Amino acid sequence: MTYNDKVVRQFVVMTVIWGIVGMLVGVIIAAQLWLPQLNFDIPWLSYGRLRPLHTNAVIFAFGGCALIGTSLYVVQRTCHVRLFAGGLASFVFWGWQLVILSAAVSLPLGFTQGKEYAELEWPIDLLITVVWVAYAVVFFGTIVKRRVSHIYVANWFYAAFILTIALLHIVNNLSLPVNAFKSYGIYTGAVDAMVQWWYGHNAVGFFLTAGFLAMMYYFVPKQAEGPVYSYRLSIVHFWALIGVYMWAGPHHLHYTALPDWVQSIGMVFSLILLAPSWGGMINGVMTLSGHWHKLRTDPVLKFMIVALSFYGMSTFEGPMMSIKTVNALSHYTDWTIGHVHSGALGWVAMMTIGSLYSLIPRLVGEKTMHSVKAVDMHFWIATIGIVLYITSMWIAGVMQGLMWRAFNDDGTLTYTFIETIAATKPYYVIRLLGGLLFLSGMFIMLWNLWKTMLQRPAQEFAAAEPAHWGEQR
Amino acid sequence: MLNSFWNWFVIIISIASILGCWWLLHWTRGVSDREGEEVGSTGHIWDENIRELNAPLPRWWLHLFNITIIFAFLYLLLFPGLGNVPGILGWTQIGQYESERAAATEAQESVYARFRDMDPAALTADAEANEIGHRLFANNCAMCHGSDGRGARSFPNLTDNDWLYGGSFEQVLTSINKGRVGTMPPWGAVLGEDGVSEVVAYVQQLAGQEVDAQLAEAGQARYATICIACHGMDGTGNQALGAPNLSNNIWLYGGDAASIAESVNMGRAGKMPAHENLLNEDRRRLLAAYVTGLSERQ
Repeated sequence: MTYNDKVVRQFVVMTVIWGIVGMLVGVIIAAQLWLPQLNFDIPWLSYGRLRPLHTNAVIFAFGGCALIGTSLYVVQRTCHVRLFAGGLASFVFWGWQLVILSAAVSLPLGFTQGKEYAELEWPIDLLITVVWVAYAVVFFGTIVKRRVSHIYVANWFYAAFILTIALLHIVNNLSLPVNAFKSYGIYTGAVDAMVQWWYGHNAVGFFLTAGFLAMMYYFVPKQAEGPVYSYRLSIVHFWALIGVYMWAGPHHLHYTALPDWVQSIGMVFSLILLAPSWGGMINGVMTLSGHWHKLRTDPVLKFMIVALSFYGMSTFEGPMMSIKTVNALSHYTDWTIGHVHSGALGWVAMMTIGSLYSLIPRLVGEKTMHSVKAVDMHFWIATIGIVLYITSMWIAGVMQGLMWRAFNDDGTLTYTFIETIAATKPYYVIRLLGGLLFLSGMFIMLWNLWKTMLQRPAQEFAAAEPAHWGEQR
Repeated sequence: MLNSFWNWFVIIISIASILGCWWLLHWTRGVSDREGEEVGSTGHIWDENIRELNAPLPRWWLHLFNITIIFAFLYLLLFPGLGNVPGILGWTQIGQYESERAAATEAQESVYARFRDMDPAALTADAEANEIGHRLFANNCAMCHGSDGRGARSFPNLTDNDWLYGGSFEQVLTSINKGRVGTMPPWGAVLGEDGVSEVVAYVQQLAGQEVDAQLAEAGQARYATICIACHGMDGTGNQALGAPNLSNNIWLYGGDAASIAESVNMGRAGKMPAHENLLNEDRRRLLAAYVTGLSERQ
């Protein structure tokens, strides 16, 4: 029996490609915030249309390809069995690419449901649903026919990610179509806002957190060649994350028309989320303990430890920002943008890049990437990029929050809105620079991917026999 | 307010979920964290070399988790959170807003009290009144009229002493209080293409621009049948209607032939929003004084 790696290879290549596309669009809109005339008065190049394209491309195209690709690799390796329904897996790949292409065309043309991270109109939503169900069939089918009795922890997280995203996607996108390009959501007013942020925050919790924790749980011990730190900890933080994340959405709607009690519930559960989130970080970091010397020679592990550090940092920052008094300062400022990117670049992208650098050589039977030096260079460029991005947005955000709330004895605002924009401008330039650095690292990765994988013929690998006497079933 | 079913639903499910976290910790603690215990492996091996240890939960981490759980209960006791239960402190966000508002209003009372008895001329002359007026203008008016009051295309310049609705203190105050709706009807269909260019030429001539005299003459006849009603015989406009003066070469929507043609063809709809319900009377008076002062100072 061999493993089915064709679909994995396809997803890996598209992860890098869509990463470059999505981050490029991010760089363009970052530049537009500095120089608005860079939209050249062309409607489909305007900020309002490119911003959703950026978020959809990096989350669902870059992140989605990374998650689906690695999950289909990991589930085979940890179940010791070939992928279930190979043809369906190919459909998942091509279907997902079609979703991405439809988004890349429809968003710049201005078609949108007006819901953040759920902008795509109803026909694309239906296509997503079909592809997602096919993905679930492939993944869970492989779990069912596994040759070991215990399901590895990475698969719990992938499974939770697949199930909850299906639920979130369907509930938030319920709408009445008017024609092929336009629909109206079935919720109204504060309920609509609450459903949207129940979806929005769980997209963070289950797409950008649970999924990437799954990636971490396979690739960190694999690359470090050491055991996972604590099985018990993985049980506790898994169930606590699953149970608590669902409640955190209302912290996006502090001091709004949302009833007070919903806001309070959102806040306290966001605070409870701190420990379960750190449970994942502890398990990852402690898995590396005893192998610290490898950081000197293996830049892939550097990506992983930095990703875990940023995960710990942004999951501390998030609960703090959910406290109403802190939120009163941070809400609507660029601090939020900084927070999101410490998670998105620091955690999601760094973990993805590290995992892919671990995975790509294995797909061609090699130990390392074609150029380990290039991996190291990518690491430093990306890390410096993130630091520039996050620190500039922190400063800008806190400054905006303070400027917006300052008022004079006569009750007038001390600063007009345009003054706060002018004060933010230098930080927008620094952020653009950080984004450019991060993007340029992705080109190094593309070159290394080309040299390592695409120039070599595809191989099939024999499925490993379950190693342990108690494991076969 | 939630009805009693949803009220209890919310209370029970919220408390149960928090207790669930505590139970999860308690349960896994029971099978872990024994003093002096050897950290063993679970014995599972996946993919040739992936193993798991079974280290106990770090103590500091358990404490952190427990603290957040205790905080959650305390917070829900003090603040609204459990369905309709108001919380011991009786805090509401609307209550916080209203008390902050009331405190600010009281604090500002002394700032504004002094200006109430001053007449418009005194207000315009008063340095502090002007400073406050300038800040009010920056907060409320600058987004359309510009931070220097010079306006922009479609937004009147307030510094050039050319007034659509009059520049006295009372007239400006009325504009601020009630807002203004300036409507120029579209005349394209009535005048036809040639008619429009003729009228445009005449209007440009009124403003002192160089034009084709023959065209302007034809335009004058048309002007006299239509435009004259609002803009007057000599084109000086009518402040009672907000009809602009066409003779001073000051233009709200552009004074080149194409822009004027667009105004004649399509009409114009200018709107100044009413501020009666947005700003209190003290502030509106200071604004009116500041705005009248803008032209006087030029």
